[in-house]
Amino acid sequence: MAIDIDTARKVAKLARIRVEEADLPRLAGQLSGILGFMEQLNEVDVTGVEPMTSVTPMRLKRRADVVTDGNIQAQVLKNAPDAREGFFAVPKVVE
Amino acid sequence: MSANQWTIAAARDALRKGEISAVDLTMSCLTAIDAGDALNAFVHKTPEIALEQARAADARLASGAAPAMCGIPLGIKDLFCTRGVPSQAASNILQGFRPEYESTVTAKLFEAGAVMLGKLNMDEFAMGSSNETSAYGNAVNPWKVDDRMLTPGGSSGGSASAVAADLCLAATGTDTGGSIRQPAAFTGIVGIKPTYGRVSRWGIVAFASSLDQAGPMTKTVRDAAIMLQAMAGHDPKDSTSADIPVPDFEAALTDDIRGRVIGIPREYRMDGMPAEIEALWSRGIEMLRDAGAEVRDISLPHTKYALPAYYVIAPAEASSNLARYDGVRYGHRAKLAAGDGITEMYEKTRAEGFGPEVQRRIMVGTYVLSAGFYDAYYNRARKVRSLIKRDFDLAFEAGVDAILTPATPSAAFGLGEMADADPVQMYLNDVFTVTVNLAGLPGIAVPVGLDAQGLPLGLQLIGRPWDEAQLLNYAHVLESRAGFVAKADKWW
Repeated sequence: MAIDIDTARKVAKLARIRVEEADLPRLAGQLSGILGFMEQLNEVDVTGVEPMTSVTPMRLKRRADVVTDGNIQAQVLKNAPDAREGFFAVPKVVE
Repeated sequence: MSANQWTIAAARDALRKGEISAVDLTMSCLTAIDAGDALNAFVHKTPEIALEQARAADARLASGAAPAMCGIPLGIKDLFCTRGVPSQAASNILQGFRPEYESTVTAKLFEAGAVMLGKLNMDEFAMGSSNETSAYGNAVNPWKVDDRMLTPGGSSGGSASAVAADLCLAATGTDTGGSIRQPAAFTGIVGIKPTYGRVSRWGIVAFASSLDQAGPMTKTVRDAAIMLQAMAGHDPKDSTSADIPVPDFEAALTDDIRGRVIGIPREYRMDGMPAEIEALWSRGIEMLRDAGAEVRDISLPHTKYALPAYYVIAPAEASSNLARYDGVRYGHRAKLAAGDGITEMYEKTRAEGFGPEVQRRIMVGTYVLSAGFYDAYYNRARKVRSLIKRDFDLAFEAGVDAILTPATPSAAFGLGEMADADPVQMYLNDVFTVTVNLAGLPGIAVPVGLDAQGLPLGLQLIGRPWDEAQLLNYAHVLESRAGFVAKADKWW
């Protein structure tokens, strides 16, 4: 399935990656090529086949629902581009 | 032979006998690393940490109770989070990131006494097959046959280059679609991707979580067995890591493979496969047969669909995993213009921080997971994945113990040669390796010969789930019979 420029713009928006208008045709072409390659999957008869959820047949381990970590605010914030007064800081959000 | 050229096994024995100190062994590697800058393999050098760890290893060796990896100098792929040391997955979006924690694999290696020489180059977020998507620039293959600089492969290209050039005794790698095995084959070294769940993924920057596994990249099969031993095991911090015993891998190297059944899958004989790869494969078959194995033709009918299924599933998982890079908690944040809100911050940050291949894969993943296409692409790919795994299950149920295939469709190619190619052309590098990730199996690349130009070529052995021990044994037989001892001529 060919990806048109509008679809490429929409996908970039959903992915939260800014793509300049001038770059959209090239991106659409590349995405079309990759998705075209995937079209081969339509040749496979998948009737009655379950989609794989886990490659090894194992049940995920569970543990008691208790706090195992904490009180490391400084470490959590250490790598933040902008941390103030114990919080991550971001531009003002007004919806 | 200077100490940096040793194997882990040789160094272990020399260290225990007191023939060399861990500090001298480490110094030998640090000297080689500084002389190897042209390879661009080590992108963050950590000589102070290395010498401190080496001194501690010497103390432990003197006490007489040192594990096998004690004092062994290693390179660590940049994908592993290492406390206080830059860990940026070769991406600009993690510029300046210094983790406050240590990955389970590196923590286990350090507990075993291993020495970290520095962080190694790779494709950005492990997305690539040539190390050309790295924010650090290309890593270079030490093998060279003319004026061209060759790729060491990818994504663990820096690891492969560093081990092949004797900058370290061994390195960590990770493999999502072939990222340990393809670069190992391109540089004439050994690389094993363990069974999914054998090695903890905790603290390794995630690409595609259902496919990612870490493994050792080493000079010999024995070294792979020794190093995997130290990396493997259950980790409560990775819920997909298997809580099963880890056997003694080195003890499994008996070279006795009499009566074992080696499957040769006909679907791996691809149209247009170079005659040299075909001939190498035939030689490998003969070597295993000579050692007493029974060689059997088998069919893995869905092989052809592995690459398209992989390039749906891996980008889908990546688009989700990489959503965390938003300029808020760590790494790069774009400079904002007046009036920019949080959406502009996300979009600008991600456009500046991610390279083109990573952006493409995130967008492909976003598309195949989006409403209306989820069933057509993502669910269909997961169904095909079930069929690919079933192909292997049936072969193993029929008595096949391991499967022999080529590791790569070609020898190492020139850096920049694929620059104008369609992205799909680059994806074809993984044609023999992705099936193994999709089925969660262990796979190992072993150097077997040189092509007519003089570049290394490898074969791949694929094992039963959790049977790395016997897989290493088959690989050891192949290695001994192939007698591959060639090294790249030093030009750097």
